[in-house]
Amino acid sequence: MHDSPPKIKVEQFSSWYGDKPVHKEISFHVRANEVLGIIGPAQSGKTTLLRAINRTLELTAGARSTGTIQVDGEDVRWVANVYELRRKIGMVAPLPVGLPLTIYDNVAFAPRCAGLSRKSDLDALVEKCLRQAALWDEVKDRLDSLGTKLSGGQQQRLTIARALSHQPEILCLDEFSIAIDPVTTMRIEEVLKELRKDITIILVTNLTQQARRLADRTMFLWNGEIIQLDRSEVIFSENPGNQKTYDYVHGIFG
Amino acid sequence: MISRRRRYEILSERSIETLIYLCGISAIIFVFGICFFVFREGLPLVFKEDTNFSLGKFFFSTEWFPTSMANKRYGALALIVGTLTVTILAMVIAVPFALGATVFLSEFCGGKFRETLKIVIELLAAIPSIVWGFIGLTVINPLIIQVFHVPVGLNALNGAVILALMAMPIMVSIGEDALKAVPDSYREAALALGATRWQMVFRVLLPAAKNGLLAAVLLGVGRAVGETMGVLMATGHAVNIPFFRDDGSFNWGWMFESVRTLTATIAAELGETSQGSDHYRVLFLIGVLLLSITFVINLTADLVVKGIRKQK
Amino acid sequence: MNSTPSSPATSPAPFVSNPRVRRKLRQERIAQAVFATMVVLMLLPLLGILVYLVVRGAPLISWEFLTTNPSKGMTAGGIWSALLGTVWLVVVSLAFSAPIGVLAAVYLNEYAKDNWFTRVVNLAVVNLAGVPSIVHALFGLGAFVLFFGMGRSILAASLTLAVMTMPVVITATREALGAVPMSFREACWNVGATRWQTIRRIVLPNAVSGILTGVILEISRKAGETVPIMFTGAVFFRAIPEGDLFAYRLTDQCMALSMHLYTVTTQVTGAPAALPFAVATVLILAIILINATSIAIRAWLRSHRKW
Repeated sequence: MHDSPPKIKVEQFSSWYGDKPVHKEISFHVRANEVLGIIGPAQSGKTTLLRAINRTLELTAGARSTGTIQVDGEDVRWVANVYELRRKIGMVAPLPVGLPLTIYDNVAFAPRCAGLSRKSDLDALVEKCLRQAALWDEVKDRLDSLGTKLSGGQQQRLTIARALSHQPEILCLDEFSIAIDPVTTMRIEEVLKELRKDITIILVTNLTQQARRLADRTMFLWNGEIIQLDRSEVIFSENPGNQKTYDYVHGIFG
Repeated sequence: MISRRRRYEILSERSIETLIYLCGISAIIFVFGICFFVFREGLPLVFKEDTNFSLGKFFFSTEWFPTSMANKRYGALALIVGTLTVTILAMVIAVPFALGATVFLSEFCGGKFRETLKIVIELLAAIPSIVWGFIGLTVINPLIIQVFHVPVGLNALNGAVILALMAMPIMVSIGEDALKAVPDSYREAALALGATRWQMVFRVLLPAAKNGLLAAVLLGVGRAVGETMGVLMATGHAVNIPFFRDDGSFNWGWMFESVRTLTATIAAELGETSQGSDHYRVLFLIGVLLLSITFVINLTADLVVKGIRKQK
Repeated sequence: MNSTPSSPATSPAPFVSNPRVRRKLRQERIAQAVFATMVVLMLLPLLGILVYLVVRGAPLISWEFLTTNPSKGMTAGGIWSALLGTVWLVVVSLAFSAPIGVLAAVYLNEYAKDNWFTRVVNLAVVNLAGVPSIVHALFGLGAFVLFFGMGRSILAASLTLAVMTMPVVITATREALGAVPMSFREACWNVGATRWQTIRRIVLPNAVSGILTGVILEISRKAGETVPIMFTGAVFFRAIPEGDLFAYRLTDQCMALSMHLYTVTTQVTGAPAALPFAVATVLILAIILINATSIAIRAWLRSHRKW
């Protein structure tokens, strides 16, 4: 169906926090420009998987992993510049994090760290990212007020704008709707539908219906193992072919 | 738009990390440096031939005559006893007050009053030891003479009062942390069972916080043992074991005898010794002794505090 | 319990006092009174003493007292060379201990893994803080003055002070760094900021007030210490040009306020009775002023949180 090489390729990946296993030899791949939904109950290793992909897992004490993760055919473990890898991947955490900087500086933070300093470039980039995250109209008059003083929903969109500011090729969203109201959630979902044209999206979500609305394919991760990975129509159908998937999607366990 | 190839990013990161690492381990370097240099100047005396010094006499003789022309003697027993006397007496005075103040501060007052008290205590903790010594000399000294009708006010009691005043603020602030670490649910549970706050403090709070309070006392002891200028000026500075009279009977007025501590001896005599002489080296040996005592105290306090964390 | 007739739950009028309850209330009041007395007994004499010192010393203090050298065998004149000496010692020693202390705290809080080595470093910091000042003095003499050949000088004395007071700034900085939420760091790492960029642009700026508090406390410690400088660089007397802030050189010996108090109290005869009190007053007021600054910064910090 797709001949292009996979954007992310995970093979035989296992991980542990101390002695506690998280993933048990999982393998899958993410195609370029698709939206991959990941569903599953808490503690099933969803967040850890994202952190392994952008190599922030190693910053946690006691975490270790085996197996390979390739991004664009390059093993993330051996990339020459890990910061460049992280810039290639945008990451949105479950709880909105406004850095204690102005709104402008929040978005300009990553480009500045990467060495971009010309004011006009930064201005253009900040506006573009804030527009993409559907926040521009609300904050364009107060770009120099503190990002931490925004409301929760606005902060989450600010986080998305920041994740876009280093122009990633992959966007990982980790249960982004957990702390925001349904209206804002719907607005962000609209944003994602726009973004999927240009970039690959991994959407970890606690709302199974959100995966159904947005994802091309959906992966059901449970207890560190992939129970099923298939097109969303199949996963969310009346007959996904796996009893556990059916039970979880229909709220019978989990 | 963003320049993605930046090798120096990694290079500069490496160099700053190395610098931070070096600063991080500097504490270890300094501690080893302190041990090394103090031992380096002091230890040669232990192994030196043809000297009046011997370790046995150092620990068990009370004869401290380092500047005698005919017969130099280096017995530090009286100094060790002096340090112990003053320290223990200071703790006897300080611990009840510090404990009371700690409990009052954390359980019986609140809001602005508490904040003010804490600030006052913090300011007291910042008063330099030389000022305390000055207070001992000019305020406590005449006070002791008047109150107890003794000829000299510069004695063990004076030194102990000064040390107690110095150690109390520290003990209060560490002790308060210990009480703060007791979960509020303990207090609420006790009060909900109908205990008065008095009962709550004695039956619940103090037992629960005993390790932290012990650590506070230990750190107070460490501070008192190591204190120099205060005791140098306040204790009268006489080499003397205060507990016995010349005829060997127990001296009930030992509190009013002048004593001399290990720290004060170094401070008073180091300036007059010539580098490398026996006297100079024996003062460094006293430093080694002090270093060992405070290490033991600090390690114990650290273990006691760790013990609390493990329980939780 | 139910059989107790006075049990509030079963009593028809629950708040009517009975002997038991009244006894309890009395106990409560006694407890409060006892503890309050303890505090009063601890604090009042101390404050009284300090006021006494200041009252006796104040008449002698004037602008002239601060800006003239001691004279006539230190029985007359002011404290200029001692005051300037203390300032030099504090500034030079701060130049060493503040950056090293802050970076050491950065290492311990941001980089150190939870392993035995980190525990050893922590233990070293604790022990460094617990080493008696007189032992620091011996170290300064053995290491800086003799081994490194600095001689008795401002440099040697400052380095001794720096080693001695560094734990203060390490502890305060660690606390300040620890108060910056972990999520900020993770957010920075996620957008490709390096660890140092994260620390420099986000963590340190948000901990700066706490760090400043630690540095100021360190200044007050340095200004008051006597023993560590006694054998490493401070002298009883030295006249310097009045009014010249750069009258000292790094290799000079200097006077210091704390040492000067010791000198005029115990070594000088024939000085006016108020002189030591005046020196003590200047020292106390300076220290209280420095500490008050740190307390003010902390209060300001509490009211200006950015998150």
